[in-house]
Amino acid sequence: MKEAKKDKEEKKAEDVPVIVEPVVEGKQYLRFSRLNRVLHVVMIVSFMSLALTGMTLKFSYTEWAVILSHLFGGFETAGYIHRVAATFMIVTFITHLVDLTRRKRRDYKSWRAMIFGKDTMMFTRKDLSDFWGSMKWFIGRGPRPQYGRWTYWEKFDYFAVFWGMLVIGSTGLMLWFPEFFTLFLPGWLINVATIIHSDEALLAVGFIFTVHFFNTHLRPEKFPMDIVIFSGRMDVDELHDDKPAEYEDLAKSGRLEEHLVDPYPPIVIRVIRIFGWTALSVGFSIVIWIIYAMVFAYR
Amino acid sequence: METGTRTIFVCMVGPAVYRVTRLLVVASAALSAATTIARAQDNGDCFACHSDNTLTGARGGKTFSAFVDQKKFEESIHGSLTCISCHTDLEGKELPHDENLKPVDCGMCHDDEKAQYSKSLHGKALVRGDPLAPSCRDCHGTHYILPKTNPLSTIAPLQIPGLCGKCHREGAPVQRQRSIPQDSILQNYSESIHGQGLLLKGLIVAPSCISCHTAHSILPHTDPASSISRNNIASTCTKCHAEIELVHRKIIRGELWEKQAHVLPACVDCHQPHKIRKVYYTQGMADKDCLGCHGRKNIRSSKDGRSLAVNANELAHSMHANVACSQCHSEVKASHVRPCDAITKPVDCTACHAEIGATFQKSIHGVLDAKNDPNAPTCKECHGTHGVLGKSNPKSMTFPTNVPSLCARCHREGEKAAVRYVGTEHQIIKHYTQSIHGKGLMQSGLTVTAMCTSCHTAHNVRPSADTLSSVNRAKVPATCGQCHHGIEGQFEASVHSPLVTRTDKELPVCTDCHSAHTIRRTDQAGFKLEIMEQCGRCHEAIARTYFDTYHGKVSRLGYTKTAKCYDCHGAHDILPVTDPRSHVSFQNVVKTCQNCHPGATRRFAGYLTHATHHDPEKYPYLFWTFWGMTSLLIGTFILGGVHTLLWLPRALQRRRHKRTHSSKAKS
Repeated sequence: MKEAKKDKEEKKAEDVPVIVEPVVEGKQYLRFSRLNRVLHVVMIVSFMSLALTGMTLKFSYTEWAVILSHLFGGFETAGYIHRVAATFMIVTFITHLVDLTRRKRRDYKSWRAMIFGKDTMMFTRKDLSDFWGSMKWFIGRGPRPQYGRWTYWEKFDYFAVFWGMLVIGSTGLMLWFPEFFTLFLPGWLINVATIIHSDEALLAVGFIFTVHFFNTHLRPEKFPMDIVIFSGRMDVDELHDDKPAEYEDLAKSGRLEEHLVDPYPPIVIRVIRIFGWTALSVGFSIVIWIIYAMVFAYR
Repeated sequence: METGTRTIFVCMVGPAVYRVTRLLVVASAALSAATTIARAQDNGDCFACHSDNTLTGARGGKTFSAFVDQKKFEESIHGSLTCISCHTDLEGKELPHDENLKPVDCGMCHDDEKAQYSKSLHGKALVRGDPLAPSCRDCHGTHYILPKTNPLSTIAPLQIPGLCGKCHREGAPVQRQRSIPQDSILQNYSESIHGQGLLLKGLIVAPSCISCHTAHSILPHTDPASSISRNNIASTCTKCHAEIELVHRKIIRGELWEKQAHVLPACVDCHQPHKIRKVYYTQGMADKDCLGCHGRKNIRSSKDGRSLAVNANELAHSMHANVACSQCHSEVKASHVRPCDAITKPVDCTACHAEIGATFQKSIHGVLDAKNDPNAPTCKECHGTHGVLGKSNPKSMTFPTNVPSLCARCHREGEKAAVRYVGTEHQIIKHYTQSIHGKGLMQSGLTVTAMCTSCHTAHNVRPSADTLSSVNRAKVPATCGQCHHGIEGQFEASVHSPLVTRTDKELPVCTDCHSAHTIRRTDQAGFKLEIMEQCGRCHEAIARTYFDTYHGKVSRLGYTKTAKCYDCHGAHDILPVTDPRSHVSFQNVVKTCQNCHPGATRRFAGYLTHATHHDPEKYPYLFWTFWGMTSLLIGTFILGGVHTLLWLPRALQRRRHKRTHSSKAKS
């Protein structure tokens, strides 16, 4: 997906006198739009809530589940929280879809142009070569690939979530309204939906809190966390280092300055970090709990 | 005397009490005899004919023997009299005399007796011409009358019951044809203490019929002049039972018995005429006499020093307020200076409470008591002694709300009964108190709530292993059904009832699901969540799969509003799925789902409530869905994990590189 929308920060950036590379001192590169950042925060909160409340049910045979369920005010309240969070998640998803169509209309004219455009979220030939290049780099048989705006693992994350939304969302609705769905579906599909909902959720939770966390936050270059998804901003140096192809492209076309904005004041960064730490801690706790439940208490 | 003359003596002999009178009579008879000798009509003349034992006479068409045994006559009490002293109409008659003699009038000599007799029932009956009426000779005989001191006499004390019994025994014409208010008189008398004393032990001072009824003044008890009338009975009895008032003080307050006989119970009200039995003799011992000593607070046993004090007030308000001391302490001897020094055994309650005693003896308490186990409770442990109160008295130890603490004395954890108990039920008192029954009884004071004795019985307490125990597995439904009658009915028609299911396996009873002492309200969380474990003890596999489904999982989390075993299968009326009456039969299952899911349809009911994804045969869809999802999960994690692990060394390298770069830049 192309980060083309010009929000307020970008407008401010336009006011800044155009200085050719390397960078304007004290400015940061704006990677994520405000809407996307807000959506991600909402998704984090609802995802965590869904994970916590849902896992209590999935691992109801562990003591932890019972304690947690009581912490949520009993199963009934936990179920209520789960449904409210699910609603937020669905709203997030729909908002994202609406945002996509809006951007298509504004920036690409057609879906085709958007899907096959330069900053597409779809997997491209470059992703394949980047993946292959990464493998070689990992084992010391080549240089680090010149990653672009969206790396292949970021695209994988995106589609994993996209897929998860559809699968978990649809089965979740079946479990929420079984009386409606069994008007036209057989009753045993509710059992099937339960398995899919729960295992897909386990996959999502497990993947996000391990692989995604590592890829994004815990890998040594970013350790302990990368706050770009909350602030939207990253140093130009970092951009150059992390996404060399994107930097090259921007620098060549001279549009880098269009994306430069003032950094947030330290207090905002601190709030962001606190939120980040909280999310990470909750995520890790859930992972530990899942491992405990799967390894030591599985039934 | 002429031979052939029939001599008939009709004599009346008075009782010995009129000894003086009789002597006078005999003296005058002797005088008159002296005058008749002169007319050569002495006894030798009479016996000239009457010693012939073939001599007969005839009267009214009947022939009778006119033989008189001279020897026996001379040995009789009238042996010194002449024949004509009694057969006065033969005096001076030529012999042999006319056969139609006048009846002998015993009253010539025995005038007092005659007067009494003529006023008596017997005398009046004779005047009426009653053929069954006895005259003098019917009791005393004729020529051979012996004194009553002679054991061979018809009126010797030992003979009296038989004599009277000739007419008054059951089945005799008098008893059948005349109105006699008592029955089985002779038999009852023989079995009474009076009869046994006289007839069995030969104690001739023991009262016979005439002791109470008199010999000649026999009158109905309705006649005020009768010795057995209400007014006179006391004085009749006290002829022998002198000072009996002393031990009947409560009833008669000394002299009232005789003075106000109309308002007081007469002897016979308690001691039935003819049925007077031994047991009554200790009944009347005056409590006042006992309390004279035992009313003192400091009275102690000289043997073991225990207190022998009796709280008179407590006794007076007890269930046994109307029972005399001596009725329980039955060994007391009224004749002793200290009547209680005859006591050798403790009070035996079963003397009155025989049936309860028999039950108790077979109970575990009774069995232990029989072995002299010091821990065994006897009657007094639960009922107390002198202050025994009825179970309907709130102050009583056996009043429903007090029963748990009564049993707790021994059965509370750590107490003597709990210590020797080896079963699985522990903390029973604590658990009971917290149970729905305990709360109902002890907090709400609902006295009809089940308490210890409701289930275990009061006196027939037996271990549950005993098949006769009320809490034996086989008896439990019936025991609970005493109160929960409707439930018992449902249960007996259910698959869990041995009446329905024939199996070698152990079927559940009430206590398996509800427990014995920790019975809880079924509409509260604790019970609702526990019941699934209870069903699962037998229905292992099906319970496990239940916990694999949504209903089971949320139950585990403590959610009570979700479907539990009994919400679908019923609680007590559980039937197999194949039974059309079952809640989960094809006919009923949709309706059952609708209890919670109002919009449920036939398709909705197709939800697999006990599904598991571990069974590819039964639930292939679930099995393959699960494994499909699991493969996806494992695959994704392997991919992500390997990628991450491979990445890690490079990432570390870059971090180190970056650090050295930035530190160089700084420097």
